[in-house]
Amino acid sequence: MRRVVVAIGLIGLVFASLSIGAADLSSDQGGAFLLTVSRVPRTAAALLAGAGLALAGAVVQLAVQNRLVEPGLTGTPEAAMAGLLAITLIAPGAPLMVKMVAASTTALAGTAGFLLLARHVPRQDPMLLPLVGLIYAGILGAGVTGVAWSVDLMQYLGTWQAGEFSGVLRGRYELLWIIAIAGGLLYLAADRITLLGLGEDRARSLGLNARQTLLAGLVIVAVMVTATVVTVGVLPFVGLIIPNLVSRWRGDNLRANLPLIALAGGTAVLASDLIGRLIRWPYEIPAGTIFAVAGAAIFLWLLYAAPSQRDARG
Amino acid sequence: MIRISQLDLTRDGRRILKGIDAQVPAAGLTAVIGPNGAGKSSLLHCMAGLLPPSAGTITVDGTDIVAARPANRARLIAMLPQGTPVVPRLSVADLVAFGRWPHHRGHPSATDHAIIRESMIAFDLLPLADRRLDSLSGGQRQRAFVAMAHAQSTPWLLLDEPLAALDPKYASDIMRRLHAMSRPGPDARGVVVVLHDLAMAARYADWVVSLKDGRLFASAPRREAMNGASLTALFDTEILVDRLNESDVIMVR
Repeated sequence: MRRVVVAIGLIGLVFASLSIGAADLSSDQGGAFLLTVSRVPRTAAALLAGAGLALAGAVVQLAVQNRLVEPGLTGTPEAAMAGLLAITLIAPGAPLMVKMVAASTTALAGTAGFLLLARHVPRQDPMLLPLVGLIYAGILGAGVTGVAWSVDLMQYLGTWQAGEFSGVLRGRYELLWIIAIAGGLLYLAADRITLLGLGEDRARSLGLNARQTLLAGLVIVAVMVTATVVTVGVLPFVGLIIPNLVSRWRGDNLRANLPLIALAGGTAVLASDLIGRLIRWPYEIPAGTIFAVAGAAIFLWLLYAAPSQRDARG
Repeated sequence: MIRISQLDLTRDGRRILKGIDAQVPAAGLTAVIGPNGAGKSSLLHCMAGLLPPSAGTITVDGTDIVAARPANRARLIAMLPQGTPVVPRLSVADLVAFGRWPHHRGHPSATDHAIIRESMIAFDLLPLADRRLDSLSGGQRQRAFVAMAHAQSTPWLLLDEPLAALDPKYASDIMRRLHAMSRPGPDARGVVVVLHDLAMAARYADWVVSLKDGRLFASAPRREAMNGASLTALFDTEILVDRLNESDVIMVR
């Protein structure tokens, strides 16, 4: 029953997303054109980006065993931007796929850097690691901004930094389908990543190759986040809020909850985009901004309503 | 039998284990005791094959545990490390089921399900099967983790301070179950436990390995390793051992 309600809600949301916008679908013969060139891509992009960021968040949280970490706090988007910036400078005309590979590689390196840092952060206080991540991401971001400013590419940076979907058109968002592929691969590795969430020693004593699993997880995170940064820009909080909500409700078994996390992430971002389109119609507010406002409130609730993680030693 | 010879471990420039030679008999329950920082946990991690020693060898039932492939190692030794700060939000049934991972790698068979059920029954977890770990008391949660290691069905089970932060009721419950698992029989396991609680060690251990400052202090039957004189020397504080109702009583002065 609950599933039916959720499905109807999502279909309604998709339908609304397809029909709402500054231009009128029914006005003339351009309706079908508008639908296929703008509305369908935009709706798909919001669903995919939300799903990807939420899944990436779930993986990162299990990998470092800290629920307050998300891709935006591991330097991943900033590192992806560094790669994008570098490839734009070195080979300005490079095809999108080359840019994607370059940015994914630096994103992976940036995330791995965070994990190396995380090894030295005491685990007793769960708030410490996100703070370290905040500073780490801040330093990477400052470096990227510095370089972008000095080579006069601040405008590019702006499009990567503010997550919004108004520029999504057919032919300019298809890269996001990589998220669907990465999500499928993640499903295959889901049990292993859940084991990683039990702690490295426990996972290894079960015969898991923890390093290999961690690397696979990080590659998936890097690819998902980079695809989002390249096509629609950074959407903060999605990777933090959605996995936490699902984890509170349904637990940490990634294989069982992966579809739900993806669905919830996609729905939340699509809803944010829709609200952003409606509030100041016909103008738009970026989906990232809408989600951040709602996400901040939910995050506060999570912090205060969540039972303390400190008292519980497994 | 676990044979440790000339084991040395250096981490971050600090020599944690120094030339340890010890044997742990296959049958029974072995307690690893010693003062804080003596290297008990490190020794256990080495024995479990989770920490490569800087020098020396460790064989478990004849298998070189350092060189063993992770998948083979996980069918020989189950290790329960100390808990992580974050309690996983998994159901008890899911957690115990993960204990079978080394045997099925993600595709459990009917046998796996049967063993998972057996382990849950053995640890009285069936009524809690659908409860999540974060909703359990510390004692129930620890019981679930031990059941997970039990389901791994390995000849060896190593536990790093499984009684930390448990009430006496839960602590003795866990120890009784571990003791029962290590009794001779078709399903007997070699159980090695790092213990802080000397009373528990005196009550349940058959064999004792004691460490001091990274060196082996004793590796002997419990009665031999846990007399007043040796415990006093081990912990640098006066400890008396007396008999009461057929069992040893430890008194720290």
